[in-house]
Amino acid sequence: MENAIAISGLHKSFGRTKALDGLDLQVPTGEVHGFLGPNGAGKSTTVRVLLGLLHADSGDVRLLGGDPWKDAASLHRRLAYVPGDVNLWPNLSGGEVIDLLGRLRGGLDEKRRADLVERFDLDPKKKGRTYSKGNRQKVAIVAALASRVDLLILDEPTSGLDPLMEATFQYAIQEEREQGRTVLLSSHILAEVEALCDKVSIIRNGRTVESGTLAELRHLTRTSITAELAGPPNGLAKLENIHDLKVDGNRVRFDVETRSLDEALRRLTEVGVRSLVSQPPTLEELFLRHYTTEASAK
Amino acid sequence: MTATLSRAEAGVAPAHELAGTWHLTRLALRRDRVVLPIWIVLLSIVPASTVKTFTQFYPTAADRQALQVGANTNPSYALLYGPPFDLTTAGGFISWRMCGFLALLTGLMVVFTVTRHTRAEEDTGRAELLASAVVGRYAALTSAVLVAGGASVLIGLIQYGSMVGAGLPAAGSLAFGASEALAGLVFTAVAAVAVQLAEYSRTANGIGTAVVGAAFLLRGAGDSTVDARWLSWLSPIGWVQQVRAFAGERWWVLLLPVAFALLVGAAGYWLLPRRDVGVGILPPRPGPARAAASLRTPFALAVRLHRGPLLGWTIGMAVVGAVFGSIASGIGGLVGSSPQAQEIMARLGGSEALTQAFLAAMAGMFAMVASLYGIQAVLRMRGEETAIRLEPVLATSVGKLRWAAGHLVFAFFGTAVLLLAGGLFMGLANGLRTGDVGGSVGDSLAGMLVQLPAAWVVVALAVAIFGLLPGFSAAAWAVGSLALLLSLFGPVVNLPQAVLDVSPFQHPPKIPGQELVATPLVWLTAVAAAALAAGLVGWRRRDVG
Repeated sequence: MENAIAISGLHKSFGRTKALDGLDLQVPTGEVHGFLGPNGAGKSTTVRVLLGLLHADSGDVRLLGGDPWKDAASLHRRLAYVPGDVNLWPNLSGGEVIDLLGRLRGGLDEKRRADLVERFDLDPKKKGRTYSKGNRQKVAIVAALASRVDLLILDEPTSGLDPLMEATFQYAIQEEREQGRTVLLSSHILAEVEALCDKVSIIRNGRTVESGTLAELRHLTRTSITAELAGPPNGLAKLENIHDLKVDGNRVRFDVETRSLDEALRRLTEVGVRSLVSQPPTLEELFLRHYTTEASAK
Repeated sequence: MTATLSRAEAGVAPAHELAGTWHLTRLALRRDRVVLPIWIVLLSIVPASTVKTFTQFYPTAADRQALQVGANTNPSYALLYGPPFDLTTAGGFISWRMCGFLALLTGLMVVFTVTRHTRAEEDTGRAELLASAVVGRYAALTSAVLVAGGASVLIGLIQYGSMVGAGLPAAGSLAFGASEALAGLVFTAVAAVAVQLAEYSRTANGIGTAVVGAAFLLRGAGDSTVDARWLSWLSPIGWVQQVRAFAGERWWVLLLPVAFALLVGAAGYWLLPRRDVGVGILPPRPGPARAAASLRTPFALAVRLHRGPLLGWTIGMAVVGAVFGSIASGIGGLVGSSPQAQEIMARLGGSEALTQAFLAAMAGMFAMVASLYGIQAVLRMRGEETAIRLEPVLATSVGKLRWAAGHLVFAFFGTAVLLLAGGLFMGLANGLRTGDVGGSVGDSLAGMLVQLPAAWVVVALAVAIFGLLPGFSAAAWAVGSLALLLSLFGPVVNLPQAVLDVSPFQHPPKIPGQELVATPLVWLTAVAAAALAAGLVGWRRRDVG
């Protein structure tokens, strides 16, 4: 089987609101895939379609080779899910919830369960609402990661976790990756996605706007360069793909798209470079650029 | 943490303890803009609309005298409706027939309202969101009390106005409206304490409704037992009746609910700062670190969620059944020796027939109450869904129907358990008095069981609403209440039979006393099955969430 998740042209509306508007998403087996988008972009709706909780209006959705709506119960033996908002039963302890969810899925790995409870510093004896948001989240994470499954669907799993637990979570996901598990990680925390994911898809307004490896996507971004030259710069302004150029005597500052980086540097060295500061593109920048440009285009 | 902050803040700025009350009150009114007006209209217009029925049914003084004698001699009437002070006037009749039930329903209304705007808000975490804004510590409770108390007062005012408008004496109408409004305030105060004690809104509702129910039972026991009349004076619903609207008003009795509401309400305010937001006075206990081996199926989860409420309801039904059963046999024996009373008795079929009719009528009442449990159990599914506790369960290999089945077992068979518990204890208590335990238990169980299909129709309609119109799940309560009101008040306000027949509880044979006819039972079961199937098909096809 090539793709653990294959979605094409997915549409879903709630009344007049279009939540998904032709979304595409491919996650090959064994990949850790980042699913990025601002609030309300349709990430959770996509996840809920994948879980068979919502019925797609149109489009093709395949999950682990099956139909997520029709084959929900059997497919769910092979996946585990962590929601971004976890609510527990008031009269069940955290330990009971972990065991229950694991057993409903078809059994959990006892050793891994004990290990995760320890690492996430979770008190399994507390009951439902006496947990803080972060601790409720930990209950769901332990329940999911202690299962022996092929696919993990994580919908903003670390919301409410402190930085220490966030690191623990990232380490645990690395382990899952080494086990060959497929992970769909929906998030808007870029550092998390940069640290964990092989590939990312960025969605906005229910549509996929970018998809690829981090390296590929970085090609689309700009490097910021500040330089002090031996003399006044020449010909920089005429170059294509240069943005926000500021010249102040011998000092220049500009952003350059990755495909013209080579050419721009050559122009600088022609004059002679005294000092050079370059800032590499981050996913954050890519993210911001996508949203600000599309927002201003509106 | 929120509580610590607000406590520290309270020392600095006590003047702001009520800040935001007005905004919260408006929010509560907006959220209740459908439910509350329905309660208010239903509870306030019923009494005045009965005036015509009374004059139609009892046109002459002789008719009314006969009614008075009949009510005096039959303690089961006193048990249900209260002491018949003066049934020779329309006002006296309405007051006797309705003021207890109306106080009971008003009590339920205010308990649900207060809980919804205090404890339930804390459960969802919305209260924290609001507490972080400029909202005083007492604001949420005060706004809930204002809304519930305001609704009670409004009900009393409309009752007063409409009864005067219908031509009843002003003094009696005022006593009626005032005592009903005060009953609402009394139970508002009870709810204000319940929400401080309980850990969850469900528990708070449980405590509140238990107090309301106990108040009704207490006065029922007092009113129907000659040597325990004082019991009625312990009950706020008893006070409503002891005001004696339209029967020589005793205004001083109104002081009892006023004092009670003030004292108990103050206790609620006193308790409030002594607990943390989101936690009750009764502290939570830690649970096991691992789940029992049996907790591995959706049904096992449903057992954990339903067993507490079902146990509580079963005990309640058993107690009520025992109380009613123990007085059933006395009904015939207590009938007066006057020739008039003897004649009425003979017309009704003698002492035994009277007892049987009473047991059958009780079976109908039990079925209506049990169906409310069934609705609650069905709506638990919607509760799990909206509280997003359902999602993680459906993300495991549990199918939608299998999950629903766990809850529906409780909704349908729980209803049956309640009827059997009520029937068993009613039969036992009656049998111990008459000496024929076996016959009495058999009769009363049979009487309860024939009502089961009717209760199931209401429960199945709730399933249909959950499956087909999830956004309107609260309408399931309207369905249940409609059936209940039709059967309770429909005959009193003289509704045509075709309208009365809408209520499923009109159809089962009245057992003991009547012949067992299977046709209506088959029909009711078929209607229930159809509604259940429609609901499940809808649930399987619809989106979750």
